[in-house]
Order: sequence, then C-alpha cells, then structure tokens
Amino acid sequence: FLGEQCCTMKILTLLSLLATHLSASSVNIEENAGQFFSSGHTNNWAVLVCTSRFWFNYRHVANTLSVYRSVKRLGIPDSHIVLMLADDMACNHRNPKPATVFSHKNMELNVYGDDVEVDYRGYEVTVENFLRVLTGRLPPSTPRSKRLLSDDRSNILIYLTGHGGNGFLKFQDSEEISNVELADAFEQMWQKRRYNELLFIIDTCQGASMYERFYSPNLMALASSQVGEDSLSHQPDLAIGVHLMDRYTFYLLEFLEDIHPSSKANMNDLFKVCPKSQCVSTPGHRTDLFLRDPGSALITDFFGSVRKVEITMETINLTEPIQQVDGSVSDGSSVVPPGVHR
Amino acid sequence: GCPKDDFQEELVIRPLHSGDIYASFQFRTLWETDFMRGNKVSHYRLFPKSLGQVISKFSVRELHISFTQGYWRTMQWGQPFLPSPPGAELWVWFQDSVTDVDGTWKELTNVLSGIFCASLNFIDSTNTVQPSASFKPLGIGNVTDHRFLRYATLPREIVCTENLTPWKKLLPCGSKAGLAVLLKSEKLFHSSFHSQAVHIRPVCQDWQCKTTSWELRQTLNVVFDLHTPGQGKLEWSLFKMFSRTLTEACPLASSSKIYIDITDDPQGEQFEVSPATHLLSQAMVLGDRRTFSVYDLTQQITFGTVRSLNLLIRWKSRDMLRPLLHAERYVAGYGLQTGEIHTLMYNNHPYRSFPVLLLDSVPWYLRLYIHTLTVTSKGKDNKPSYIHYQPSKDRVRPHLLEMLVQLPPNSVTEVTVQFERALLKWTEYTPDPNHGFYVGSSVISSLVPSIVAMDTNSTREQPLFSSFFPCKEESSYFMRVYTEPLLVNLPTPDFSMPYNVICLTCTVVAVGYGSLYNLLTRSFQIEEPSPGLAKRIANIIRKMRGVPPL
Repeated sequence: FLGEQCCTMKILTLLSLLATHLSASSVNIEENAGQFFSSGHTNNWAVLVCTSRFWFNYRHVANTLSVYRSVKRLGIPDSHIVLMLADDMACNHRNPKPATVFSHKNMELNVYGDDVEVDYRGYEVTVENFLRVLTGRLPPSTPRSKRLLSDDRSNILIYLTGHGGNGFLKFQDSEEISNVELADAFEQMWQKRRYNELLFIIDTCQGASMYERFYSPNLMALASSQVGEDSLSHQPDLAIGVHLMDRYTFYLLEFLEDIHPSSKANMNDLFKVCPKSQCVSTPGHRTDLFLRDPGSALITDFFGSVRKVEITMETINLTEPIQQVDGSVSDGSSVVPPGVHR
Repeated sequence: GCPKDDFQEELVIRPLHSGDIYASFQFRTLWETDFMRGNKVSHYRLFPKSLGQVISKFSVRELHISFTQGYWRTMQWGQPFLPSPPGAELWVWFQDSVTDVDGTWKELTNVLSGIFCASLNFIDSTNTVQPSASFKPLGIGNVTDHRFLRYATLPREIVCTENLTPWKKLLPCGSKAGLAVLLKSEKLFHSSFHSQAVHIRPVCQDWQCKTTSWELRQTLNVVFDLHTPGQGKLEWSLFKMFSRTLTEACPLASSSKIYIDITDDPQGEQFEVSPATHLLSQAMVLGDRRTFSVYDLTQQITFGTVRSLNLLIRWKSRDMLRPLLHAERYVAGYGLQTGEIHTLMYNNHPYRSFPVLLLDSVPWYLRLYIHTLTVTSKGKDNKPSYIHYQPSKDRVRPHLLEMLVQLPPNSVTEVTVQFERALLKWTEYTPDPNHGFYVGSSVISSLVPSIVAMDTNSTREQPLFSSFFPCKEESSYFMRVYTEPLLVNLPTPDFSMPYNVICLTCTVVAVGYGSLYNLLTRSFQIEEPSPGLAKRIANIIRKMRGVPPL
C-alpha cells in the first residue's frame, strides 16, 4: 500500500540523486583533469646565491639560508637546489655559536640546520660560475650536485642577495655582474629551453634595476627596492654583533612560514609582502613578460615541489581535447595513472 | 653467492691531561668484492654506492681524504689515533692500469668535491705533488712506483655541517641508529679540534692473504674544550659532549663498542666511570699498552632499565706520556721581500735516535733558495741521508722537498731554508688578499721506537683504533706528525689604486688644462660701472623724452 509506494518513491529519489551526483562528479573529474594540465611545469629547481664575503655581511648568508630552508620545507630536494654561499658564517671563528646561522634575534630560529648541502662555497662563487650554472655550460667533470639540470618543463626560482647598485650586483667585493649580462643569460636559457617559468627575486640596494633589462618570455621578477633606494637590514643581535637579516627577506620568510604544500596562495599575495611601512624601501615587481596571469600562479609553483596527484577510479577520455580552466585547449596525450602515490 | 660484507662501529674516549676530552669514532665496512673486474658491481648493501662507483671508475687503489678544523696540540694532548693536518688533505694511490694519472686525478677531485660539498676542485697541478717516500700504501699491494701517487692539501678549506651531512649519509645506518646519533654538528664544531676522514684500501682477510676485501673506514676525531660548557670540573658525560645519549646499536653492525681509556687508574681511585662495567680490554696502541673499559652496545644489558646509556667520566688529575716526536714550524724574517722557514723537530727519547722523513710542499710563489738549506741538531750540522727535491715551476707545480733526517736522542733538530716572495698577476689574487696565503703543513713520518712489543699479527681481532697503521716489526710503531700551516703575506697591490689614479688625473687635467685654456683664449673687455639709482631713473625719463642719456 502506502508503505510500498513510500519505498518506491524513496528508491526513485535516491536513484535520481545518485544519477545527478554521478553526472556532477564526472563533470568535476573533467574539470580536475583540465586543471591538471593547466600549469606547464613538471619539476622545480632553485638557485640561491649569496654574493658577499666577510663577517659583517652575515645577514646575506642568513637571507639565502632562510629561503633555502623554506624551499626545502615545501618539498624541493637538495638534488634540485644549487646553493652558493660566498663565505662561511656558521663555522667562522667569530661566531659565538658555531654551526648555527640565526635569522631572528635572541637566537630563535637556526636557519643553517643539521642537514644542509652547500654546492658552491667560498672562492667558487664567482660571476663566471654563476652564469655557467644558469646556462649549463660547465666543464665535463663538474659533479651533478653543482649543475642546474633543468629542462623546458622546469620552474626555476632564482634568489640573489648581496650588495648592489644601479644596474649591477657585487660578487665577493671584487667583481660585478650587470643587468645586461643577467638578461642575456636568461635569454640563453630560454633559447636552450632550460626553463618553463622563472621567478627572480633579488634583495639588494636598488634591486629593481637588475630586472629592468629582461626581455625573455615567462619571467617574473621581484626586488626589495626601487632604483635610487637602499634596502635596509632588519635587526642586530648584540650577542653575535652583526645584523641578522635584511628587512625584505625577513618579511618574506615570515610570509613563507605560513605556506604549506597544499596552500593556494598566489603571486599577488607575494607582491604584497613587505610594504613601505615595514621595509622603508618600496619593493617592486615585474610581470609583463609573464604569459599567465600572476593571480593564477601559485606560490608553490616556484617555492615548492608539489606533485599534482589525483586519485580517481573513473576513466577519462583523453583522446578528445580537454578544455582547460582558462579556456585554452590541451592535447591529452598522457594518461593519469590511478592510485599513484608521491 | 653474495659477497660478504661486515660493518663495525667503535668509539674511544680518552680523557686528556689538560682536562679536555678526546673522542674518536671509527666506522669500518669490509666488503669482499672486486671493483676492478669487467662486470660492474651493481648491488650495494653496506658499502656506499657513491664511493664504490668512484673506486671502479677512477681505478683507485687507495684513497685517503680528511677535513680538519683546528690544529692538534701534541704536547698538551699526546698523540692522536689518526693524525690529520688543518684544512683538507687528499692522497690517492691509483692502480697501475691507469694511463693518464693527472687527468684521472683532476676528474677524481671534481667528483669528490660534489660528494663532500667541499671546494676540492681547487686541487690542481699547482698544489699537487708526488712524494717519493713519505706516503707508502697502507693496504696490501707491492706497487711502489710513486708515479701512481698523488698528494694535495688545501689548508684554507673550512669544515662545517655541509661536509658532515654527506659524510654521515655514507654510513649504513645514516645518523639514525648506533653511535652516529651522537654526531650533532652544534656540539661537534664547538670544539678545539674536529677532524673527519674517509680511508679506503684493500686488506687481507686472513694470514696467508688468499682473499682480499675492500675496507672503508670513516673516522671522526674531536677534542672538547674543558672551559667551553662553562664549568671547570673534570667531569664529562655523553650528554654533555654530544647533547644525546645512546639507545641502541646500529642493527646492521656486527660489533658496536665504546672504549674508555682507564690506563692510569685501573683501581678507580683517581678516576670514575659510571655506569660501571666489568669488561676490560688491553691494547697496544701508539707504543704503549693501554687498558680500556668496554661497553658493548649489541648487548641489551648495557642500556640498563632506562634503555639509554649516558656514560659519566670523572677524574682528579692525569699524567701524560710525553710524546716522543713532535714538530713546530714558523716563518722568520721581516718585510715583504724575503723570509725564512724554520721547522723544528723534537726527539724526546732519552737514549734512542731514529730517522724521520720530512715532506715539505711549498707553493711556487714562495721561491725557495735550496742552497740556503741547513739542518742542525744540537748546534752541529746534521746531513740528511736522502734528499729528494723537485724545483717549482711558476704557475705549474709547487716545490717538493723530502729528506730523511736522523734525530739524535733528546734533541731539537732545526731545518731552515730562505725564500723570496713573488709578485702575482693582478687576476691571481683572491678576493681577500690581505688575509694572506697559506702554505700546507709539513708531514713528518717515522718509525718510532716503542716501549712495549707491538703486535704484528694484523688479522687478529683487534679494536679498530689499534689496527689502522700496519705494524711490520715489534720494536717500533709508525707515526705521522703534521706541523702548523703557515700564513704568509705576499706583496699586495692596492686594488683601489686605478680608481684613485683616474680621479686624481682627471682633476689635475681639468684644473691645469682648463686654467691654461682660459688664460689663452679669454678676451678682456672694459665695462662701465653701473650708475646709481637716481641716475638710472633720470636716464629712463630722458629716454622717454627722446634725449640722449647722461
């Protein structure tokens, strides 16, 4: 009677709900597959360079090591990081706490850590070695850990810090690299298809002059100060006796400490790091050469090594072109393996 | 079947006369395999793959590399188990099948610089030498053609956590289990002396040497300063030294032991070790019979009910055996043109004399005048019985001087040689040339007469610290002493000079030439002084009226 009618009604509603849910989820799978192919990179590299020598430039080594620490925490392994430190601060005889490099006063955070691999150190950090690493033109006996083995699907993060001026960056107080040389090196990288997208961050005085001359596609640049301005250091530690960090990188580190591998924060948030009230200088950025919208580029696209893994039991037809999120069409020639783990 | 491999780990703790404490770690992997045969070895278990590939690719017979921070003070601390010079030292014996030894050496240094995160790629022909007598192979093999030996030091090389990290990753248990958990960089580098080394050589497995295996020893020597932690008491514990205690042995180790040197006080009056142990061991090391308390970490009972081992060592005072051989070196002279290197070798044995081999490798920019070489003992000339000298070539190779000198008993032998400093090309200076330039340590190798009879049976089960140097005869033992490295100033140009010269010259030219030009081309005109206010107003009125001005 009524009970049976109720039951069939219930079954019918349940079935219809299930049907709509299935169709909806299949649409989601297509969307997810589209998102899967939206960012073009498959691996991440980082080149982190500190160009200053001598004990009073402790803060430049601390800058570089804090970016190194964040990048490692977000997933890029040591084999994909080229770390260049022009002088040794941790085991320097002036360091009251050996094997440590601190970024906050009162010695809160040791950015040197227990598991660090420096690829180029001391006198090896020269303009020539830096350009050779970028362009890949190294002598044949160079070991793998000292090479940037990127390909055309690599996203590279390049971070430079030290003393600079209008159009140049000083290496070890004895030579300089100019913004023209840097732009040409990036063009060489583009011609040799050595990067997919490149994020360039520089923390020096008049840092914006270093990205003025870029002309290769898919470059995004950030600097800690404009032309004519000095980047200032943050705070000294009275026990160690030197300034520990530069302001821009200090607030950058604070920002990155909140980022975790599944974070959806994008580049527009990065541009807001360290406004003039905190930095005293005006940080700048350049996105005209970047082909995507910066709002769609995630922080983890450059700072982390996030593998896009989606586990699905559904089958997706990849022979037909998949509509990507931003409208362009990608040719789905690869297959999503089910159940893949990192 | 599968080639046999074996891993042993050991820690020796020796309290020193000055109150400091000396800890020496040794990790040894033995592997019965042949890297030199045609088929490549592909299955690695305990032996690290990166080093195995280095041995087979570069046809290495023996490899010894050490990284040291600090200088070993022989007079205060006695003799180390494994000596090493400050900075980085690398010496390699290649197989006799290698045709281009120099090319292979260059590639090997580059690969090692990647493995150990050190700038070993700065080793080139200007700091590499081929010693003829000082560095004989420590493993088996009869090849003594020194064309296959290369030796280089980098006295400027620093050691820090970035060198310790890859060194720890070579161990079978990593730094996760066994004695390696004690290796924390914040404590290890806050010390008076830190040295980590890797030694690879082929050894015999048995008395007749029918089977050979490859031995890899990773050693770490550290001396902790009494006054660093803030208290002056002669009391040390594992936790105070390493900020860790031990909870287990490395599961892959066949033997995992701690030895504490209690020789001076076996009854426990001056000296106290807790937790107490009844295991004792005696070993002949460095010409002396020493007694050790042994803690076996493979036995669960060692860790007690708390499942953790923290050894506490307390002592009141300690005598030290006066070292029989030690050396010093310094630069004498004044100015930046010439100087003199003095090397002093002390023989403290009361009645025995013995010969020592002195090896000096001096960079080419210190031009040695070998005709001024003098060797004097007790004020009299002491002629060396063997001298091997290879002169330097500018920018190609350094000086090599090897001498066999007989040291009379209870004496000081002084070796002096004068040198002249060269002026380098301006591109050859380092970014900080006013720091100075380093000259590597001298190496003094010798067979020192021993008080007790040494054990010549090398394949008997011995603790690792006493079985490193092979012992061929009973009455003496092998010892190697390193002197201090030298830091010399070379005449350094003023690198800001070109900028200053340009500024000065342009100023002089601008002021001098400009003034002259003005004098020559300026023409003078006489000008009427300007009239007063009343006259000017009158002139304006006159102009309006059309009348000539005043």
